[in-house]
Amino acid sequence: MTQPTANCPNCGAKITFRWSASVQTVCEYCKSILVRTDLDLKKVGQVADLPPNSSPIQLRTEGVYGPHTFVAGGRIIYEYDQGNWNEWHLMMNNGTSGWLSDAQDEYVVTFAAPGRTLPKQCRVGQQYTWDKETYMVATITKAHYRGVEGELPFQYWNKIDVVFVDLMSEAGKFATIDYGDEDPVLYLGESVPFDSLKLKNLRAFEGWS
Amino acid sequence: MSDQGPVPAGTPQVKSLNCPNCGAGLTLRTFGQAVTVVCGGCHSILDAQDPRLRILQTFQAATREDPPRIPLGTRGTIRGTKYEAIGFQRRSIRVDGVSYSWHEYVLFNPYQGFRYLTEYNGHWNDTSTLRSLPTLSRGGNTLTYLGETYQHFQTANAATNFVLGEFPWQVRVGESAEVSDYVSPPRVISRETTGKEVTWSMGEYISGRDLWKAFQLPGEPPAPRGVFENQPSPLSANVRTTWEMVAVLLTLLVALAVLVYATARDEPVFEDSYSYNTNGAGDASFVTDMFELKGHTSNVVLTTRANVNNNWIYLNYALINQDTGHAYDFGREVSYYHGYDADGSWSEGGQKDSVTVPAVEPGHYYLRIEPESDPRHGSIDYTVALRRDVPQVGFFWLGGLLLLIPALLITWRSMNFEHLRWAESDYGGAPEGSLLSTVENAVTSVKDSIAREDE
Repeated sequence: MTQPTANCPNCGAKITFRWSASVQTVCEYCKSILVRTDLDLKKVGQVADLPPNSSPIQLRTEGVYGPHTFVAGGRIIYEYDQGNWNEWHLMMNNGTSGWLSDAQDEYVVTFAAPGRTLPKQCRVGQQYTWDKETYMVATITKAHYRGVEGELPFQYWNKIDVVFVDLMSEAGKFATIDYGDEDPVLYLGESVPFDSLKLKNLRAFEGWS
Repeated sequence: MSDQGPVPAGTPQVKSLNCPNCGAGLTLRTFGQAVTVVCGGCHSILDAQDPRLRILQTFQAATREDPPRIPLGTRGTIRGTKYEAIGFQRRSIRVDGVSYSWHEYVLFNPYQGFRYLTEYNGHWNDTSTLRSLPTLSRGGNTLTYLGETYQHFQTANAATNFVLGEFPWQVRVGESAEVSDYVSPPRVISRETTGKEVTWSMGEYISGRDLWKAFQLPGEPPAPRGVFENQPSPLSANVRTTWEMVAVLLTLLVALAVLVYATARDEPVFEDSYSYNTNGAGDASFVTDMFELKGHTSNVVLTTRANVNNNWIYLNYALINQDTGHAYDFGREVSYYHGYDADGSWSEGGQKDSVTVPAVEPGHYYLRIEPESDPRHGSIDYTVALRRDVPQVGFFWLGGLLLLIPALLITWRSMNFEHLRWAESDYGGAPEGSLLSTVENAVTSVKDSIAREDE
């Protein structure tokens, strides 16, 4: 697969898209947020300093989910009252996009599930059923958008506050409703044990090998 | 501008900072995952997410008031993963005016995240948060998780009294949560409710000795006191295997008994009737005709029937092997008395007596018989009968009984263990409908009826 390349309109550095469906990326050198147009790249913003990151995952961490391998190609960073967490954009080898969240080293893999009926608002304890699975609202998190890195499947920048509703099922399934946009977006997936992802190219931590 | 290349993310470092309140050194071991960190010097609870460690709360505690048994910073391997002890808290509940406290340790691995250890009276649990929701029963007395049923044990308000080190949540001294425990030894599922948030976790009983080994701690772990809610009964596994073994042995015993019955000759070899004149004088002894005892070495049963009626006859027997001259000597008495007194009719003894002579070799035998009785009782008629190779059931009953004794004993001890466990629960006893409560109710009703009869 040939990887489309271009030059950063801000600093001129070479920008490589590892995933053909990426819509947005961040220049690794000057941290400009770049959006793909039909012709070239357009700078739409600038990433400020990112908060210290304690995730063991980094850009280009590889892993396995179900029958597919994936590469972490980008991330969105959020802040909430327990610190910050990442939504890693997983570029699956079947061409789809998945998301791996790593709040306090609790790992959840989800995929966008459009077309389902979603509540306008909800309370902890309420139940909803999608795809014959019943979920209960476990937490409602008010998160603060903190920055982006790498390739994303949509334009995402210049956000402020985002409300996330997390739901769990009795079978271990997990759902998140992202109330960041006017129309909420549902993500369905599951909580996964760290070892099951068979992650490679992880970060090192001082004192831990 | 692009000459320097991308800035590497860098390796996260363990941070050493100073407490903004007392200046004591603080180590941040979770690379930014912790939300609060507690200074051990001045007991200030600090915002671990704030670079300047803003003070959130200070609490009163004596210096080294509650030193953690597993010192913070110690690493140990649990289920194949290395964890570091990073946080420690004491929590307590009040039941009937009595305060019970336990300790919780926060463990951390930068890849696997957080895990917890709890300790109460020397009983330890290895705890982690649940990844799916348990199913609560309608009444709330049981819950199901991964196909296993858990019994509600206790619901209480747990207050935090003492904290040290790092925590992945907003810890405060004085705050409390409602905690409900559901047990299925060796596991316990706990539901913690604070405000509107519900957290589920599962603990598995782990021996202090194993933990001391895992964390390479010096000395011995504190000896566990009493029976803990999810402590696996050291006997429950034994009870099962013991009963399985007893069942196998009883089956073998029955099979053996059937075999003995099926193959025993059980044949009459001699029978004759005699009369003894008690009025007669001199030696009354005589010998019988010869008879043959066939087959392998086995028993001989001698039955004496006498028409004694308020008198007795004593018979000196000798079973003599004609071929070898070997004699089995034994005496038997047949006596029968009966009558009336103030209490009504009574009787004692009987007109029949049987005795087993074990392990008699095959061969040609005869009996020498010498009757005795009180003189002047007239004539006593009696019959002597011999049977060869009679199956004996007594041994099998005894064997069965001996097998049951240890099984019953171990079952009784196991029930005592369960009794002690449930005595500490909200119910003060075994849950309704369980085998233990059924047995306990039966024992109580038997005791009651005995007490009533005594009145």
